[in-house]
Amino acid sequence: MPVTKMIEPILPVEKLTYLENFGHSLRAASYLYKPSSADEIFDVFKVAKQNHLTVTLRGAGRSYNDAALNGAGIIMDLTRMNKILDWNPETGMITVEPGVTLEKLWQHVLPDGWWPPVVSGTMTTTLGGCLGMNIHGKNNYRMGPIGEHVQEFTALLPTGAVMTCSPEKNGDLFYSMISGMGMLGVFTSITLKMKRVYSGLLRVKAYPVSNLHNHLNEIFLAAPDHDYTVGWLDATAGGSGMGRGQIHAAKYLHEGEDPDPQKTLRVEYQTLPATMFGFFPKASIHYFMTPFFNNPGVKLVNTAKYIAGLRKGEHLQSHAAFHFLLDYVPNWELGYGKNGLIQYQSFLPKETAEATWNEILTISQKKGMPSYLGVTKRHRPDKFLLSHAVDGFSLALDFKITIGSRDKMYAMLQDFDRIVLQAGGRFYFAKNSETSSETALQFLGEETVKRFKALKHRTDPDNLLESNLYRRVFGS
Amino acid sequence: MPSTNRNSATPLKPGKCAIIVGSAKGLGGALARKLAREGFVLGLVDRNSELLVQLCAEINAGNVGQAFPYVQDVTSYEEVPALFQKILVDLGGLDTFIYVAGILLPTTPTTYDFEKDRLMISVNALGALAWFNVVAPVFQALHSGHIVGISSVAGDRGRVGNPGYNSSKAALTTYLEALRNRLSRYGVHVLTVKPGFMDTDMLKSSPRTFWVVSPEQAAEDVYKALRQRRQTIYTLGRWGWIMFIIRHVPSVIFRRLSL
Ligand SMILES: Cc1cc2nc3c(=O)[nH]c(=O)nc-3n(C[C@H](O)[C@H](O)[C@H](O)COP(=O)(O)OP(=O)(O)OC[C@H]3O[C@@H](n4cnc5c(N)ncnc54)[C@H](O)[C@@H]3O)c2cc1C
Ligand SMILES: NC(=O)c1ccc[n+]([C@@H]2O[C@H](COP(=O)([O-])OP(=O)(O)OC[C@H]3O[C@@H](n4cnc5c(N)ncnc54)[C@H](OP(=O)(O)O)[C@@H]3O)[C@@H](O)[C@H]2O)c1
Repeated sequence: MPVTKMIEPILPVEKLTYLENFGHSLRAASYLYKPSSADEIFDVFKVAKQNHLTVTLRGAGRSYNDAALNGAGIIMDLTRMNKILDWNPETGMITVEPGVTLEKLWQHVLPDGWWPPVVSGTMTTTLGGCLGMNIHGKNNYRMGPIGEHVQEFTALLPTGAVMTCSPEKNGDLFYSMISGMGMLGVFTSITLKMKRVYSGLLRVKAYPVSNLHNHLNEIFLAAPDHDYTVGWLDATAGGSGMGRGQIHAAKYLHEGEDPDPQKTLRVEYQTLPATMFGFFPKASIHYFMTPFFNNPGVKLVNTAKYIAGLRKGEHLQSHAAFHFLLDYVPNWELGYGKNGLIQYQSFLPKETAEATWNEILTISQKKGMPSYLGVTKRHRPDKFLLSHAVDGFSLALDFKITIGSRDKMYAMLQDFDRIVLQAGGRFYFAKNSETSSETALQFLGEETVKRFKALKHRTDPDNLLESNLYRRVFGS
Repeated sequence: MPSTNRNSATPLKPGKCAIIVGSAKGLGGALARKLAREGFVLGLVDRNSELLVQLCAEINAGNVGQAFPYVQDVTSYEEVPALFQKILVDLGGLDTFIYVAGILLPTTPTTYDFEKDRLMISVNALGALAWFNVVAPVFQALHSGHIVGISSVAGDRGRVGNPGYNSSKAALTTYLEALRNRLSRYGVHVLTVKPGFMDTDMLKSSPRTFWVVSPEQAAEDVYKALRQRRQTIYTLGRWGWIMFIIRHVPSVIFRRLSL
């Protein structure tokens, strides 16, 4: 590869900066641009083209992997485009710029008696990022991914073209840009329909499950009668307790059930106190967590949690507390230490989930690399092109990285991928960091990958949009 | 299609990136093999395209590390900015920059040859400066990175044997020291390496040799010093003691020696 031609003006070095993934386990240096209008977005594409650089879109950077990283390329951070453009409290229809976070969204609509139809486990994410990955909530089996609640969006393509898309209009782009990991164009305005709620509270039922079979069975049974269902899985428990944990199933309150909805719908009522664990200021809680983030420590904590959770109970909890508990322990992920964490999430058909996860959990414990936190959910398939959903369940496992175990853990996760693929499972591009292009091709299918690349050729003929994730899963 | 075929860095396969200038053979080649074994993604620069392509093929046939070849004569200073930009993009980042390229043109204590002096200064010193001047601002902006320069014990004193070579290495050593003083406040590490004698093609033109190390051993020493963030190392280490004495020999005596 001899020196070809001179590449003219090199971008100003002051724009260079290191950005990280959510788990602090990966970083990449990029030229950072923060446009605040569609015109400025297009200017960034022009700069990229002139300098032979690629562009990755970034919202809040809450993906666990390399989705919003672009080594030695341009990062276009859209958080400055954070205006709510239109809100109709009669119909629940809201139009926002892509940098609006879920936090800003729910705080805007809740006082009028509405809640976002789909939210992630953190409210720090942006709507652009949520559509880019087509996020799911604890109600995926009922409400589908967030894309099913998008009425319409406007996108700017790298060519400069402006497209308005809905299920009816430019449907092929609608179903591929949502889930398209920011590779086809930039959402510049998004119109969503909110969900009507009659109280700021949810009725939450919590109960223990003693092993994986019961765990999945209880989720399966609880889902049809509940608006939200989620399981916390103690991945450190082995033997007959393998897969034990706690199920949380929640329902909205009906109209009239909450005697004082005006009060519970207020934003102040939703948010947790600043010292949620009593005396310690919450910003430093992660320091107290670090000593427990090792194999015996987590086992101890998980066992204590499991025992504490044996008491069945039903309680009322605010929407924000139910969905975003982790956000109230700022920087909890720093408890994982300086090498950070990764998440391994697999989606499996209901028929094969139990056997598959039994195998995976057994392997991780045998190899001495148990996950410290497992979360289970119920899912249903959807129509979006790069879909991660199945008629079944998902299990998300958090792993702490230690320098000495990297290679061993890599090999283990590659084994997991093979096991999951064999069981007809799928993966999620917002989470897994080690998925190979072969694995991606297998679960998406050649037809899907071909269609995606054809669409990309149409919307981005110069291949300006690329991310580390795209190169990893769609490269070579 | 993605623009390069580099291996993606992931949390479990972090694949750091390095550029090695003067890497087709000798110490540069040994460093390339060493860093590849450590999982690095490498941009290898040299003027010897045939050897370079061979080395990259050898590295890419293994299952760790990755290497891309770039042909440049380091005295084509004006090519450096664009080439650097291209390598950055191809590698997807840069953690370590190593300048190894060097020539030793033999002379005798009684001959004078401007052409040889000029060439040695151009390759050993000016070539390095052309690269440092594009690498340093990037590392400074990022508050991170390692810069390594392969200088020589020959830069510690001016001696009768080869004034041009001595001065080229003295310039390199001093420049690296200045860079270190500029950049350490930004968290950038600058390492000066002073080999004594290494068993490479260059050694063939040296008159007297002893304490010779293999380039592989020297590469191990450099890698260790990189990890320990050392400022200056000699390889072999015992050269440190010898050069300490030599640096302190008063001129009245030094003039009379045939060192
Ligand atoms: C604690 C925690 C809990 C989570 N829980 C869930 C969960 O329950 N369910 C779930 O589905 N996910 C969950 N996630 C993952 C998270 O919701 C997704 O990674 C989401 O995409 C992050 O949004 P972001 O704004 O940070 O986007 P980023 O991570 O910055 O970007 C995500 C993708 O969107 C693209 N993108 C960003 N902006 C735009 C735009 N304007 N136009 C086009 N593309 C764009 C990017 O290029 C990238 O590919 C969780 C993450 C964390 C950290
Ligand atoms: N060997 C020793 O005893 C010794 C002792 C002290 C210091 N050093 C220093 O260590 C470094 C490495 O030396 P070495 O022993 O490994 O030497 P080497 O085997 O000759 O390797 C030097 C490399 O630099 C390349 N190079 C030379 N001039 C170049 C130019 N103008 N443009 C691009 N590449 C060029 C050479 O390419 P070509 O093959 O095309 O020339 C070769 O690949 C040098 O800086 C040297 O001064 C060596």
